[in-house]
Order: sequence, then C-alpha cells, then structure tokens
Amino acid sequence: MDEDQENGVTRRQLLTATSVAASGLGAVAAAVPFVVSMQPSERAKAMGAPVEVDISRLDPGHLMVVEWRGKPVWILKRTEEMIERIKQNGEQLRDPDSEESIQPGYVDPVLRSIEPTLLVMVGICTHLGCSPTFRPEQGDPEMGHSWDGGFFCPCHGSKFDLAGRVFAGVPAPTNMTIPPYYLTQNQHLVIGEDPNNTGDIA
Amino acid sequence: MISEILQRSINWIDVRFPVTKLWKDQVAEYYAPKNFNFWYYFGSLAMLVFANQVITGIFLTMSYKPSAAEAFGSVEYIMRDVPWGWLIRYMHSTGASAFFVVIYLHMFRGIIYGSYRKPRELLWLIGMAIYAALMAEAFLGYLLPWGQMSYWGAQVIISLFGAIPFIGEDLTIWIRGDYVVSDVTLNRFFALHVIALPFVLAGLVVAHLMALHEVGSNNPDGIEIKDNKGPDGIPLDGIPFHPYYTVKDMVGVMAFLAIAAVVVFFMPSLGGYLLEHNNFKPADPMVTPTHIAPLWYFTPFYAILRAIPHKLLGVMGMGLSVGLFALLPWLDRGAVKSIRYRGWIYKLFLSVFVVCFIGLGYLGMQPPTPVSTMVTRILAVGYFGFFILMPIYTRIDPTKPEPERLT
Repeated sequence: MDEDQENGVTRRQLLTATSVAASGLGAVAAAVPFVVSMQPSERAKAMGAPVEVDISRLDPGHLMVVEWRGKPVWILKRTEEMIERIKQNGEQLRDPDSEESIQPGYVDPVLRSIEPTLLVMVGICTHLGCSPTFRPEQGDPEMGHSWDGGFFCPCHGSKFDLAGRVFAGVPAPTNMTIPPYYLTQNQHLVIGEDPNNTGDIA
Repeated sequence: MISEILQRSINWIDVRFPVTKLWKDQVAEYYAPKNFNFWYYFGSLAMLVFANQVITGIFLTMSYKPSAAEAFGSVEYIMRDVPWGWLIRYMHSTGASAFFVVIYLHMFRGIIYGSYRKPRELLWLIGMAIYAALMAEAFLGYLLPWGQMSYWGAQVIISLFGAIPFIGEDLTIWIRGDYVVSDVTLNRFFALHVIALPFVLAGLVVAHLMALHEVGSNNPDGIEIKDNKGPDGIPLDGIPFHPYYTVKDMVGVMAFLAIAAVVVFFMPSLGGYLLEHNNFKPADPMVTPTHIAPLWYFTPFYAILRAIPHKLLGVMGMGLSVGLFALLPWLDRGAVKSIRYRGWIYKLFLSVFVVCFIGLGYLGMQPPTPVSTMVTRILAVGYFGFFILMPIYTRIDPTKPEPERLT
C-alpha cells in the first residue's frame, strides 16, 4: 500500500482504469460488426454489371436514357453544329479541360467522348445528385438569351454545356461523370467496361 | 368506503414505488411562474404531437411494407383499403408538419424571453438535440412513401455528406448501403425511423423535462421567481403546475386540435405544403422532377444551401444556419433576458431575423432564378447577422431595468 502511494496511484485506481480501458476497447470491437453491416452487401456489389445498348437508331440531336448501376446514363448524338458550340465555351467554364473531373483517360478532355458526336455520360449532377434536364436550344427562353445549349439542374441551378462541363458560378464543383464505355462493331454501346478490357475498340 | 380503498391502494404502492412523491414533486407541487402567456402552450403541445406520431406510426407500420417494390403501393393500400387508414395516415403526415410548427414557436418563445440564458443553457442544448433528432426523424420518414419527392429528396440530402472532404463519398455509400438510393436504403431508413430515433427522442424529452424541473421555468419577465421565496420556501410568484397550468394547457390542446382537425379532414395536403404533388408519383431513379424542394420546415436552410455557389461551403453554410441556435446562450450578452426589457437595437435585429427566416423559407420552396438567388443571399446575410453580431448589439442595447417581482 505504502509503495503504491509513493507513485501517486493506488492499486485500486490502476485496476479500475485498466478495466475501463479494456471494456472500452471491447465495446468498440463489438460495434465494428454493426457499423460494417451497413456497407453495401455482396448482392448490392454484384448489381454493377455492364449494360449493352443498341444505338443505331439514335438520331442526331437526340438524347436517350439507359439505366446503369441504378443511375441514369445519357447517350447524346451531337450534331456538328453542337460540337462547334462546345468548342467555343471555355472562359465561362470551371474545369474546361476536365482536369478535376471523373472520366476515363481515353476520352477527349474537351468534347468528353471517344467519338466526337457520341456523348455517353452519367446523368447525375455532381452537386447533390439530381438528374439535370436536357436544354439543347440556343437562347432557351427559360435559360436566358446567352444560353448556348446544355444541361440545367432544376434542384440547385447548376449548368453544364453539351459536353457536361460545368459553368463557373453554380454550386456543382466538377464536370459530370463519364463512365467507362466502348462501341462494338455493330453500333452497340457497352457501358461499364473499358475498351482495353476486351480489345474491342470502336 | 371507496376513497378509503383507494387511499390504501396508493399507500401500498407508495411503499414500493414513489408515485405520490413523483406526482407532488413534478406536478402538484412544481411551482411555475404565475405569468405564463400564449407562448407557453407549445411545450405541452409538442408532447401531444409526439404522442400522436408514435400512436399513428405504430398503426401505420401494421400495413406499410418497407421495400422499394411494395412501399408506394402499400401507402395507397392504407389510403384506400384499410378501414380508417386514410385518417391514420393523414394524422401522421399532418402531425409531422404540426410538430415543426409547435417546435418553431416553442424555440421562438425561448428566444424572445431569453429562456436559453443561465442557468438554462443545458436545457436549451437538450432542446436543440431534440430539434436535430426531429429533423433526422422527419427526413427518414419522408423516404418511406417512396414517391418522386421521397426519392430525390433523400438523394440530395444524403449527397450533402458527400461534400465532406476525404471521407464524404464513402460515407454516402455507407449511409445508403448501396451506390444509389435503393431498396436497401429504404429498408434501413424504416428501421431508423420507427425504432432508433423515436427511442432517442423519447429519452431526450425526458432529459429536457428533468433539466426544466431542476432549474425551474423561465417566464415572460425573464427574472427568477426563486429569488423571492416566502417563509415556506415556495416562490411568492409561483403557482402549482397542477391544477393551474394543466387546465391552461387543456385550453391550448382544444384550440390546437380544432385547427389540426380542419387540416386533417379538409385540406390534408394543404396545397402541396404538407404533401407535395410530385410525391403522388412512384419513385423513378431515371428522372428528377423539374422542381424539387424539401417540405416547408427545411426550406430556410435549404435556401441558404442553394444560394452559395460552392458545394462544400454551401453544405457548411446550411449546417451553420441550424447549428448557430445552439450557441445562443453564449452569444447573448444582454443585461436582461426578456424582450420586454430589451432596447430598440435588439428588437430591430430580432425583427430582421424573423423576416429573413420567413423570407428564406418562402424562397427555398421556389425554383431558383437569378433574382431570387440574389434576394436569398441578402436574406442569408440578415439571418447570420442576427447570430454573429449578437455579442455586440446585445451589449450596447439600451435596456430597461428588470422588475423585482413578476408583473
């Protein structure tokens, strides 16, 4: 007893502190299975398979929507005139060369596609996950006369050009996401897989 | 004879459980200030609404199915096929909005009479925890009907966590349990909505009442009735909670139920303010409705989020706009507690705050336009100014002297 008090800690205090610390560790360890059980299940992970779409009947200037991993993926067949308009944007964009945005290395950083006319993009706003609306018309009355065509998110007003590049001064931080994709020889589009995985490059 | 049996039964219980002591300490001999006014109805009304939500909620779970395939249909089933199901569901949906009405009025009462000031700081903080839990509860519950607004509202709010640096994206996946809002998300939101958060709320309400009965109620004069006690130790300006305030609160309950019944029976969606039109369409992960806004009780904060053109700063601004209420006990340096003895400077700032809060709430419901975004930014400055400048203007405010006794 005397020996303990010289150190300023009694045996009882030491034992109490040790037990509390050990129980605390045990409680944390016991919480792990519960916290981890909220991660995506094996079934949820397996749902991410690629999808194949026939785009041979998609007309220039039109947009089609397919579901991939529960998200809308847009397929836009751009006209030559749309591509010219995209190339004129630059100054007003936050990330014109897609340096901070998510896209595979094999797509063009400005047009954000493998083929210039065919845009394949996850139709989810990089702000808070709404799906923007397609506003291709120049000077769309709801968008103002300086509008050059693009996408507008109704939730918080973010604006993107026809390559999904975000304009400055809106809440979305980066350009919209381009998923991995490739074209097969028979004008089918495969979304969710890189071209070099198969060697089948469009 | 009967009263004798009753008395003996109570005596039997009292030896084993302090029922008479609890009744006296907490109700019959809990002395509250004698000058409670209209603003003091909303605490008891909040408990009434909480009870309504729990009871109607239990009955809704008997017919509701928490799966993406069946949820929307099961709500329609409750509305059309379950006997009186429509009434139970409208009581629950109207109750959610009514909860926020009474909580906002209850908080406003605390602000104007300085009820958050010493020694009631912790009482106020527990109340803020209740408010936070209530917001979480409302958000979780709103996903359950699995309509378009349910789905996209959840998508937006969960994405807010994605703005947190480094861990944000993984955190959103952990919350959803999937890469998108899905059946998994709906199932766990149901569990949290019907079990976890109601438990948390009930516990916090008990803590709130215990803290209140420890320090005693504030009052419209903002002075302590415990400073003037009679020879018997009872505050001279105090009256027993029962029967004086139990009876007063019953008047409030009657008026409240009359108004609530009009909404439940005649205007349950209240023009889209209580049940949004787009939520009568099943959730479609491919298409966002052209205009999405949360229900009215979140719109002041939502407007602030929308007006800041930066993802992380917007989320922080929104979090701050809610969290600043918790700092009021330490921001307020006024010489008096109650608005009755405050000077014109405080009253001016408070008026600006009220206008900004309501204005932001309105703008948060409207689609964003360049003009409304500018107005929102101006109102947000007024909103934050009320809190951030409070240490200065409450100190220089020309206050009037407080009375010795209640007026």
